[in-house]
Amino acid sequence: MKTIKLFGLLFLGLTFATSCSDDDDPEPVNEEEVITTLRITLTPDGGGSDVIFESRDLDGDGPDAPIVTTGDLAAFTTYSGVVEVLNELETPPEIKTPEILEEDEEHQFFYEFITSSGADVTYDDQDGNGNPIGQMIELTTASASQNTLVVTLLHEPDKDAQGVSAGDATNAGGETDISVTFSFAVN
Amino acid sequence: MKHILRVMALLLIAICDAQQCNQTFLGELTDFHDGTPIPGATVYIINFDRYTTSDENGKFKINNVCNGILRLRISHVACETKTFKIDIKGDTFKALTLEHHIETLSEVSITGQKILKTTTTAQESLLKEEMLQQYSALQLGDALKEIAGVSSINTGNAIVKPMINGMHSSRLLILSNNVRLQDQEWGIEHAPNVDINAAGQISVIKGSGTLAYGGDAIGGVIIMKPKPLILTDTLYGQTIISGQTNGYGYSVNSRLNKSFDSGWYVNALGTFKKNGDFRAPDYYLTNTGNQSKAFTLQTGKRSFETGFEVYYSYLNNDIGILRSSHIGNIADLVDAINAQEPIITEDFSYDINSPRQDVTHHLLKASYFKRFRALGKLNLQYDYQNNQRFEFDIRVGDDRDKPALDLNLQTHTAMADLSIDANDDYELQVGVLGRYQNNFANPDTGVRRLIPDYDKYDFGAYITSEWQLDNHWLFDAGFRYEFTRIDAKKFYLESRWEERGYDETFGDIVIEDLGTQLLTNPVFNYNNFSASAGVRHSINSKSQWLFNYALATRAPNVSELFSDGLHHSAARIELGDLNLVSEVSHRFAATYQLTTSDLDLNIEGFYNRINNFIYLEPTGVEQTIRGAFPVWEYNQALANFYGFDFSFNYQINEALSVNNKTSYILANDLDNDRPIIDIPPLNIYNAINYQNDNWKPLKITLEHEWFFRQNRFPDNNFETYIASRDETVLVDISTPPPAYGLFNLKSDLKFNTSKRSHLTLALNVNNIFNTNYRSYLNRLRFFADDLGRNVMLQLQYNY
Repeated sequence: MKTIKLFGLLFLGLTFATSCSDDDDPEPVNEEEVITTLRITLTPDGGGSDVIFESRDLDGDGPDAPIVTTGDLAAFTTYSGVVEVLNELETPPEIKTPEILEEDEEHQFFYEFITSSGADVTYDDQDGNGNPIGQMIELTTASASQNTLVVTLLHEPDKDAQGVSAGDATNAGGETDISVTFSFAVN
Repeated sequence: MKHILRVMALLLIAICDAQQCNQTFLGELTDFHDGTPIPGATVYIINFDRYTTSDENGKFKINNVCNGILRLRISHVACETKTFKIDIKGDTFKALTLEHHIETLSEVSITGQKILKTTTTAQESLLKEEMLQQYSALQLGDALKEIAGVSSINTGNAIVKPMINGMHSSRLLILSNNVRLQDQEWGIEHAPNVDINAAGQISVIKGSGTLAYGGDAIGGVIIMKPKPLILTDTLYGQTIISGQTNGYGYSVNSRLNKSFDSGWYVNALGTFKKNGDFRAPDYYLTNTGNQSKAFTLQTGKRSFETGFEVYYSYLNNDIGILRSSHIGNIADLVDAINAQEPIITEDFSYDINSPRQDVTHHLLKASYFKRFRALGKLNLQYDYQNNQRFEFDIRVGDDRDKPALDLNLQTHTAMADLSIDANDDYELQVGVLGRYQNNFANPDTGVRRLIPDYDKYDFGAYITSEWQLDNHWLFDAGFRYEFTRIDAKKFYLESRWEERGYDETFGDIVIEDLGTQLLTNPVFNYNNFSASAGVRHSINSKSQWLFNYALATRAPNVSELFSDGLHHSAARIELGDLNLVSEVSHRFAATYQLTTSDLDLNIEGFYNRINNFIYLEPTGVEQTIRGAFPVWEYNQALANFYGFDFSFNYQINEALSVNNKTSYILANDLDNDRPIIDIPPLNIYNAINYQNDNWKPLKITLEHEWFFRQNRFPDNNFETYIASRDETVLVDISTPPPAYGLFNLKSDLKFNTSKRSHLTLALNVNNIFNTNYRSYLNRLRFFADDLGRNVMLQLQYNY
């Protein structure tokens, strides 16, 4: 009989335990890691106004596609480029670039022209091992044409693999954090 | 010696006797309650005035028996002595049961017919303790593959989800010591949180068979029972130590059981397993190590009339996931599929890095039973489960060591069951169940919740009955009602909410607008009915037919309703659907079983028609800053599953036996006229066993398993443009890998170290020829080969 009483007590305990659950609304999660925006600010070396290339996806992995904007570049001109990576889901927007530079040995941007009249991107920065990062670049245009530039950010690429430090991602491995295609005109 | 001489003399007399007395009687002695074999029982053959004893499997054999009535009196230390009358007609096999308890109520009859299984007309198979011990260092899903028709769907080799007739996850119900596991089983990469060493016997029921535990087991039920209790004043234990060459893994498992004449008992069990990186034939599978800690404590007091038990189990698994399976976008996936080897292979290590899972499961159960004279047995049970799952992804910066998934699932269940078995001819079982479940998804991960916070309420009531018409016909039937309510709080991206069209159909569930996100409160109620009916026809003492129909209804799970986001290992966006309704399955099954002294044959066929079968299918592509991802959505269709499982075991002579297991399934999506994904291909298992009882005893088994290529699969391949290479490629995520065959060897030797203790030494070799293969049912097959050769040595000491 004792045991039955014990059980009665236990069941009672259960009812209490279940009725105590709080009814508060959960907190929203603002994704910290998401990259929403890649922005390359190109400054012509001989002076002139900046041109901005940007890809912006304000719903992250949501259904909306990124909005890509570019500007026209001048022929036979060298531009200094600075890359910024942002998470605009946070307010104020979080600038992710320092985080990438902190782990610069594990990150590299790649710039590949699919169509161009001979435009070229060279790296203008180095990580602790003397390998390129690609956050600072030099972009040199050629004759007037329609250009397509693919910008890729790889996490944990093999920077020592053949061609990687020269900007060829073929043997780099790693995981893709950003992959954006910019179409623009060179006049 | 005197004994043997006497038996031999009798044998001689029997042989000289010219009448029809050359029949063999084979008996199998098991516990009335849990069906475990009773070894070492004294069998007194009244007709011949001679004795024999049951062997370690509870079996005994009597040669040169005459047709007619054979009388046996069987006694065993822990059991009531019982007399059996057996009708001998030719070679005869009969399962006999004893009441394995210290107290016995006189009015409880022991019919001798009573079967060891949980169900009477369903397709049920048993895995016994001896078999389970071989898998001490492995997973539940590995052991279950011993049964024809049971396979597994794997993520690597440490996450092994059992699959019954092509169905897994929420369509299976797993019971551990009478507690239904609530361990986020909806996830395909969530392995069941149980320590196989805690089981003394496992029953696998194909289809929903038994309604006592739930009505939603469209695929099947797996029942793990602890070792049976011995209720005399004893102290005994067992230690199993295993080591293996693949993964340089080791495992230690130790148990101690103490019981008293008063009926009190205490059992404790601990397991520790550790593996480093496993190896495919040609390379290490980097980051596939794992570590597992388990502890179980069971105590209580019982007599035949009443008893109670408190049971606690703890399990922690830390599992590394193949490093190369973590990919960033479709281009990475294409590279991984095209590469012959995984992209990252490093030297052997015991380290477990990201991606990895760290899962802890606590289970606490308290139960009480009482038998009422001339009525039956009442069982009350309360259980609490706490499942904490962390998943660590490859992340950068401050988030590096932060889990990407942090879910805590708590479940309280109370149930009451009454089985009315006082009458010999029929048995009735009724029960009610109440369950409350709470899921908490920790927002500190900084990743949008995969599964939202929710409360879930279940209420169930069932009745099952069993009616023995005569010695040949047995009928059973059951009915269950289940109410399920899911009350969730989920955030949707506003863009997703509108893209799904929920703003029109579910506009009223939005409780807060946060700008880019909406907080919603979906509440769903499901009223589900399930039923079963079956018949068993015993043609004679050796063979029987079983027919069974089961209606099972399953409410959609939280993953099917609420999934919403990017899945890293699959490089796809998975979307749940708030509009899903319950799946309804009609399963028809027929079984033929033949058991003679040297042949065991079991043929099972089934047809399962499922309305509103829930499955994932690709529906389009979405662009993100990382490139394009295919979108997979949960949909529903009418599905047909049918197939057969065949198993047979033939004893050629005292030393040699052969067995075969063959299973085949066809599964079709009838609405879209195409095969269903992830269905095991035709597989054939053959084995030859050698047994020498005189020498040690020694046992050697050589196995060959053949897995055909799955030629029936839905074509989910798609083309994608890879910008950095300026090319359009076909992403082949559908084509199954080629057929393969594996040879395995199992052997064991038993030494008696003293009167009360013995040592078993087992040597097993898996994949003897180090064959390269990939399994269609391994989700990491895109990235790496399956395991190469593995030599395992196991020492088992019973004391």
